[in-house]
Amino acid sequence: MDPTFLEYVVFFVAGAMMIGGAIGVLAFSNPVHSALGLVLTLFGVAVQFVAMEAHFLAAVQVIVYAGAIVVLFLFVIMLLGVDTATDLSIEPIKVQRPLAAVMGVALLALLGASIVQARDALVLNPGAGIATVQSTGNHDANIDQIAENLYGDWVFAFELTSVLLIVAVVGTVLLTRKWPKAGSTAGDRT
Amino acid sequence: MAEGRLDGRGPDVIAAIEPTWYLLLAALLFSIGAVGLVIRRNPLVMFMCIELMLNAANITFVALATRLGDINGQTAVFFVMVVAAAEVVVGLGIIVSILRRRPGATADSLAELKG
Repeated sequence: MDPTFLEYVVFFVAGAMMIGGAIGVLAFSNPVHSALGLVLTLFGVAVQFVAMEAHFLAAVQVIVYAGAIVVLFLFVIMLLGVDTATDLSIEPIKVQRPLAAVMGVALLALLGASIVQARDALVLNPGAGIATVQSTGNHDANIDQIAENLYGDWVFAFELTSVLLIVAVVGTVLLTRKWPKAGSTAGDRT
Repeated sequence: MAEGRLDGRGPDVIAAIEPTWYLLLAALLFSIGAVGLVIRRNPLVMFMCIELMLNAANITFVALATRLGDINGQTAVFFVMVVAAAEVVVGLGIIVSILRRRPGATADSLAELKG
């Protein structure tokens, strides 16, 4: 069988997963079902990453997005007890959904037109800089190359992300902690 | 379908998938996320739609990294993922503290915040 035919099969199956999951996110009335649709989309994106020879990002996609972020979503949904279906047929602002549909179609048309327009744009360095398993024979080629790039060119930005994560964690603790009432247990904020 | 447009193979051989296809798929995913962000009122579902849009941007990064032969695009996706994780942590913290005070609040209920 022609290997490019298999590429097309992978592309369309993973693409159908992505789009189906995305439509599920915004069409399911229960937030838990929406989160499961999000998982489907994220796995589809991971498959597309593998198809584009971005193996490291596919692994990170599954671990960080599907593993951590969606679990965090589900945890919050369960914690707050908002896992009840809302009636989506009630729409307080009548014109909102038609306007949203127009906006979506317009956005898609604009992006699609520019992408098709830029299809034959000048490519400065075609396909040379990405190390693949086929081109190097090294099965870790993608991870090696990202590691060199991340810890070489972008090591300062990488260090800054640790600051970002610390700020996010501290900010979340500040936002969600129940502070004791002022006056009653003053000076007890340890 | 492009029949060997770039590499000059005969039309009977299927051309490999071009990055343009991935870009179009990402545009579709981004549009769905944007529409969902506008039409849904549950803050959690709105957040999920933001994740959809971020993922569409990630696909665009990787597709253009492949097309331009530049590994920096894949490194950028790594940083986008870090920012997305931080954003989810802070956003869910805000949502938890709002919903704990007012159970069942939607994005519309928060309009009372305006002075």
